[in-house]
Amino acid sequence: MHLEPTEEQRQIVATVRRFVREEILPLEAKLDPDASELAREDFARLTGKVRQMGFWGLDIPAEYGGAGVDLVTRTLMAVEMSQHRAGLYAPCYGVFGSAGLAQLYEATEEQKQKYLYPMLRGEKRGFFGLTEPSGGSDPARAIRTRAVEDGGDWIINGSKVFISGADRAHFGLVFARTNAERGRGGITCFIVDTDMPGFHVRRVVHTLRSSHYATELQFEDLRVPAANVLGEVGRGFAIANDRLSRQRIPYAAACIGVAVKAQELAIAYAKERETFGAPLATRQAVQWMIVDNEIDIRTSLWLTLAAAHKADSGQPYRMEAGMAKLVASEAGGRVVDRAMQIHGGYGMTKDLPFERWYREMRIRRVGEGPNEVQRHVIARDLLGAGLR
Amino acid sequence: MAIRMEKPWIELTAENVQALPGQLGVFELADPQGRVVSIGFAGGRSLFGLRSELERALRERPGGATRFRYEVNQQYMSRHRELLMLHVADHGSLPVVNGADPPAGLGRLSPL
Repeated sequence: MHLEPTEEQRQIVATVRRFVREEILPLEAKLDPDASELAREDFARLTGKVRQMGFWGLDIPAEYGGAGVDLVTRTLMAVEMSQHRAGLYAPCYGVFGSAGLAQLYEATEEQKQKYLYPMLRGEKRGFFGLTEPSGGSDPARAIRTRAVEDGGDWIINGSKVFISGADRAHFGLVFARTNAERGRGGITCFIVDTDMPGFHVRRVVHTLRSSHYATELQFEDLRVPAANVLGEVGRGFAIANDRLSRQRIPYAAACIGVAVKAQELAIAYAKERETFGAPLATRQAVQWMIVDNEIDIRTSLWLTLAAAHKADSGQPYRMEAGMAKLVASEAGGRVVDRAMQIHGGYGMTKDLPFERWYREMRIRRVGEGPNEVQRHVIARDLLGAGLR
Repeated sequence: MAIRMEKPWIELTAENVQALPGQLGVFELADPQGRVVSIGFAGGRSLFGLRSELERALRERPGGATRFRYEVNQQYMSRHRELLMLHVADHGSLPVVNGADPPAGLGRLSPL
């Protein structure tokens, strides 16, 4: 395995780095420190630039009009794209495009016409409705939302929580239990239009992220036609798990990008700031923090690139992706914390990006599967599937 | 926590505004009939947080505002959106001042 970037990858990294510094940072300086969206005209202008650069739709397969980049290149780009205040959850404020609901690539042609293609064109938004008040990490047991067949339709009753974007969505993927006896095999995925009677967004769930919230949903006798079953009845669990490993790699890379930027700021400040007649950088306590930061960054980066390389080679990579997500999210938290410490009082203010990164980085240890679940998955791969 | 802002209204006067904290948060402005005319927030770029934003409201009287109420809130952006969505759910439209420049992509709520 070669971890050295190719010449093409170096050029791509340099292009994205320049884009962040010349296009994103000047706009960000004028936004609220917690903002996650650009003004409409800025978003349109920058999306146009990204399309011209050939980078729009990084996570969309090439056959659907995406950029078609391999996962190693995607990782290197994600590290660069996240190096700004909003970068952890809104890298470059979304101007590189989003894959939306990747599960829809497995939809029927009729479903693609109605949902996937409008979503890729930016005409429709979707949400992913898996987690319930009874839990999210173990959907096979936690899903209590029920769907009962009624003539040619399904009637859904139940609730979901921590669902992003449902209040703004035109449709969503809702996972419901269609067979109480069959555990994982009793879950089915439905495509639900949000204007169907019986679909309710009951409340906003506020989190550490000021500009982003989750929602709580309720389904009351929500009637869904059988044509809206995604995949097969009883195969929803496989759909929910599809692409999870792949998504964990750019997720890890964004943690690394923020850590890289935090380290860059910490080094610059340590060289400039003087205490007791000498720069902070001459103090061993500060030097060690900077060294530990660098070790955390490089460990995370190499693990993430190794996972991406394995995925690109067509080998199983679930364990490597889990490790990358786990290590990068924990390391990112430590790096941001140390960078704040080096900056002292200024590190706690909204003048600098650390306090936002500190809050948001904490979520990364829970999002995309809590790190304890990652450890569980890794242990199962190491010790054998029979281990419970 | 009640999802609607249910605090009593305060008269929009210089004395009341001067007493406000310089913290982050959200606020509602109402006209003399008690109709909410504007929902705003004091974010990280507000010089003295809520006090600065309400000082501006005192000067400009958007929508003919004569009263206000507020919440100190670190999640000021998501709370602001929530209050706007609640207003639409309860009244069918945005407050008159927000309606003149509606926020992009405002969601829909159907609270119990």
